[in-house]
Amino acid sequence: MAQISITVNGKVRKADVEPRLLLTHFLREQLNLTGTHLGCDTSQCGACTVLIDGRSAKSCTIFAVQADGAAVTTIEGLAKDGQLHALQTAFWEEHGLQCGYCTPGMILSAVDLLQKNPKPSEQQIREGISGNYCRCTGYQHIVNAVQRAARG
Amino acid sequence: MATTTPVLPKLVGQRVKRREDPRLIQGLASYVDDIKVAGMQYLAFKRSDVAHGRITRIDTTAAAAMDGVEAVFTGAQIAEIVPPMPIGTPFPSPAHHAVAVDVVRYAGEPVAVVVARDRYVARDAADAIVVSYERLPAVVDLEQAMTGKPAVIHKDFANNLAVALVPGGTGVGADYSVDDTAINKAFAAAEVVISQRMVNQRLAPTAIEGRGVLAHYEPGRGTMTIWSSTQNPHILRTMIAAMNGLGQDQVRAIAPEVGGGFGAKINIYGEEYVAAAISKKLGVPIKWVEDRSEAFVATTHGRDILGYIDLAAKRDGTVLGLKLRLIADIGAYNMLLTAAIPTLTMLMANATYNIPAIRVTLTEVFTNKTPTDAYRGAGRPEATYFVERAMDMLARELNMDPADLRRKNFIQPYQFPFATQMGAVYDSGDYEKCMDLALKNAKWKELKAERDAAKAKGRLVGIGMAMYVEVCGLGPSSSLPTGGWEHSGVTIERDGRITATTGASPHGQGNETTFGQMLADQFGVPLEHVTILHGDTSIVKQGIGTFGSRSQAVGGTALHLAGGKVKAKMAKFAAALLEANEDDLVFENGRVFVKGAPASGKSFAEVAAYAYVPVPLPPGLEPGLSDEAFFEPANNTYPFGCHISMLEIDRETGEPKLLKLIAVDDAGNLINPLIVEGQIHGGLAQGIGQAMIEEVVYNSDGQLVTGSFMDYAIPRAIDFPRFELDFTCTPTPVNPLGAKGVGEAGTLGSTPCIVAAAVDALSEFGVKHIDMMLRPEKLWRIIHGGKS
Ligand code: FES
Ligand code: FES
Repeated sequence: MAQISITVNGKVRKADVEPRLLLTHFLREQLNLTGTHLGCDTSQCGACTVLIDGRSAKSCTIFAVQADGAAVTTIEGLAKDGQLHALQTAFWEEHGLQCGYCTPGMILSAVDLLQKNPKPSEQQIREGISGNYCRCTGYQHIVNAVQRAARG
Repeated sequence: MATTTPVLPKLVGQRVKRREDPRLIQGLASYVDDIKVAGMQYLAFKRSDVAHGRITRIDTTAAAAMDGVEAVFTGAQIAEIVPPMPIGTPFPSPAHHAVAVDVVRYAGEPVAVVVARDRYVARDAADAIVVSYERLPAVVDLEQAMTGKPAVIHKDFANNLAVALVPGGTGVGADYSVDDTAINKAFAAAEVVISQRMVNQRLAPTAIEGRGVLAHYEPGRGTMTIWSSTQNPHILRTMIAAMNGLGQDQVRAIAPEVGGGFGAKINIYGEEYVAAAISKKLGVPIKWVEDRSEAFVATTHGRDILGYIDLAAKRDGTVLGLKLRLIADIGAYNMLLTAAIPTLTMLMANATYNIPAIRVTLTEVFTNKTPTDAYRGAGRPEATYFVERAMDMLARELNMDPADLRRKNFIQPYQFPFATQMGAVYDSGDYEKCMDLALKNAKWKELKAERDAAKAKGRLVGIGMAMYVEVCGLGPSSSLPTGGWEHSGVTIERDGRITATTGASPHGQGNETTFGQMLADQFGVPLEHVTILHGDTSIVKQGIGTFGSRSQAVGGTALHLAGGKVKAKMAKFAAALLEANEDDLVFENGRVFVKGAPASGKSFAEVAAYAYVPVPLPPGLEPGLSDEAFFEPANNTYPFGCHISMLEIDRETGEPKLLKLIAVDDAGNLINPLIVEGQIHGGLAQGIGQAMIEEVVYNSDGQLVTGSFMDYAIPRAIDFPRFELDFTCTPTPVNPLGAKGVGEAGTLGSTPCIVAAAVDALSEFGVKHIDMMLRPEKLWRIIHGGKS
């Protein structure tokens, strides 16, 4: 077992974990933050995306012990003071989700994208979210949502 | 004090944003793996790594001895608590054990099960089970399989024929007697015949949430609660009850938030039966959640139909006859609807045309692969693909514009209801109007000029079009073994708010919104006052489920009818309260009043309260405002559309790129166009995926080569241009909403229109047809004349 301390959504969380415990499972099983989803086992789908120290990362591809000392933001921590994040609102307005399973990861990837490039072109948006699979929407409404959020 | 009543807008037909979304965008929804029950244990399955073999030995000792392992079961032990799995079609079927007992018939078939305290330990223990096999020859090639070679998979099914041969179409009687006169005459009169072998390849549905189940048998109460990522909790309840010796009253099935289904979550799977039976045996809650690599082998695949098509016509483009020989590769076993899916391909072979004679035959074949079942479109995209490809080839042969060829052969609006050669009765349609709008939106003439200009510069650009008609709103009970109705309950609560239930169990379709819109309008109340419940058999009294684009057409109608019953009763209470005639009452803006005199009325909540404390009780009325309805449709619905695409192929690499996709769909009346567009987009994405990048591939040993997202490509955002959508509206007479269903539409027109564009792009190489997917290597070989 290994001792870790991770700041999750602004709160310090200390735990004893198996070294092989995935960060996703740590968040989901131990902290009950089930908004982070798992959609594959080959680091492709992005359903597990969280922000680690502000940058998007696939939480299925890191062990919890590797995140020791880091600050993690999950979808549950994105809204502030009861106010939805601009991307959350935009996904809602533009019907950027159907089953919603890819959505937390998709939104967090888009957060990272807009931080790096606040005014992306449509092509840049499509490239920026290509590490996130959505089987429901055909992506068009997701692209619209990111454009809306970028417009502010 | 004067109060102003807010005016509520009519919501049906509006782009209302979804009520489901707040929980989904904040990570507050509960999918099956998010649910925990105290004392829960995890399952892991040991799966066969050979495609065909006899189990000679299973050693579970090491696994059973591991710390945290509760139990290990072999197939023989599971067979004692899980009977062979039932199917939902009337075809003969070999026994199918949830966990293989002696012979494994596809790579990935379960051979043993572990129960452990967490998923990591369960997986370790499954890995520690050692299984030895006597290898048998793997049956992989479809046409070879039909000759019984290299092996017969199920001993009672000679030549691996699951369904030997079913004839259908012109001259085929209800008793399957066959009269060839008409079809022979059609082909004898032909001036041109198009003949082509085409493959509608195998696909993996891949909802981003895999399957999962949590079964909780409570020995003290003798009841089972089962959560599952399913499209149809009521069917799950029926099956779990029957398989566990329980009554349906003793089983509660819950579809929590479901992360996509696409047809693959209709089937009730072995993992669900095993979890339930083990929970009952051990008296502990049991959870199983599928990994993605597992999903590729363990969740049913879709399509995989080979077609031999012959299309007879005159040189002026008049179609005279169609022959279609269908051979379906259904994999190793029959699942719930497996055998029925290709029959929908048969049913829809008439497409959108007047075809004087059609003959279709269907054969279904076992192979050592994962079983097939429904996948978005389920049989209809295959029919559309085969017929539309042949029409495109005919247009090319005759040097006719493909749109002109269609126009010449369309079923005309006055011909509806139209009885097809295949026994369907198309409800309504105006195909030409739909195609003309698509041609206009695509600027078809200019598009052709654009293509020609690009070609003149040496670019490989092509355009393609396709029509489709599909069968939706399934369906009359005569067509579904479960019954084809849907159920809904509507209750006006004492405070005037509305609770409604629907048996249509959504997994992304947005029924909480669309059904809410309908009730808000029906009762003249704010949408926020309506709650739609679904997915829990203890709350939703009866139901069938969501598939075959049926939730709006059938489920929505049941809701409308249940609402109508309650409203009629509420009008009686209001009439008593207002001393008015119930026929004169209007429900609007949260009030019930006599037409023309809104001020005179009562609030909706006051009328509701009165119905629950009815002093005095109006004669002939019972207290309360709650009723239900079953809607049995008299027919299916037949939505249709036209898809047009433009595509470019890189001359150097063979890589295709989709430049344009224009779709005009006609699903009758739309409740929420925003949601409808989302459904079309999603269907297009899967159709384009099939045409361009998706294919399940097995090697000659029956090993799945495309067993993860590394090898099986599902489309990403960069794979698509912006889709251009539009609609025509031809309401159906089959239900009072005039709604036809739209969930699968996008998968139908997209595949043939894209392949047509690819053939068009490569026309200079004399190519007539290309099988999907449009693998760059395949296109490169055409460009380079087969030379490498
Ligand atoms: S679950 Fe992490 S990338 Fe798929
Ligand atoms: S909304 Fe279902 S996977 Fe994206």
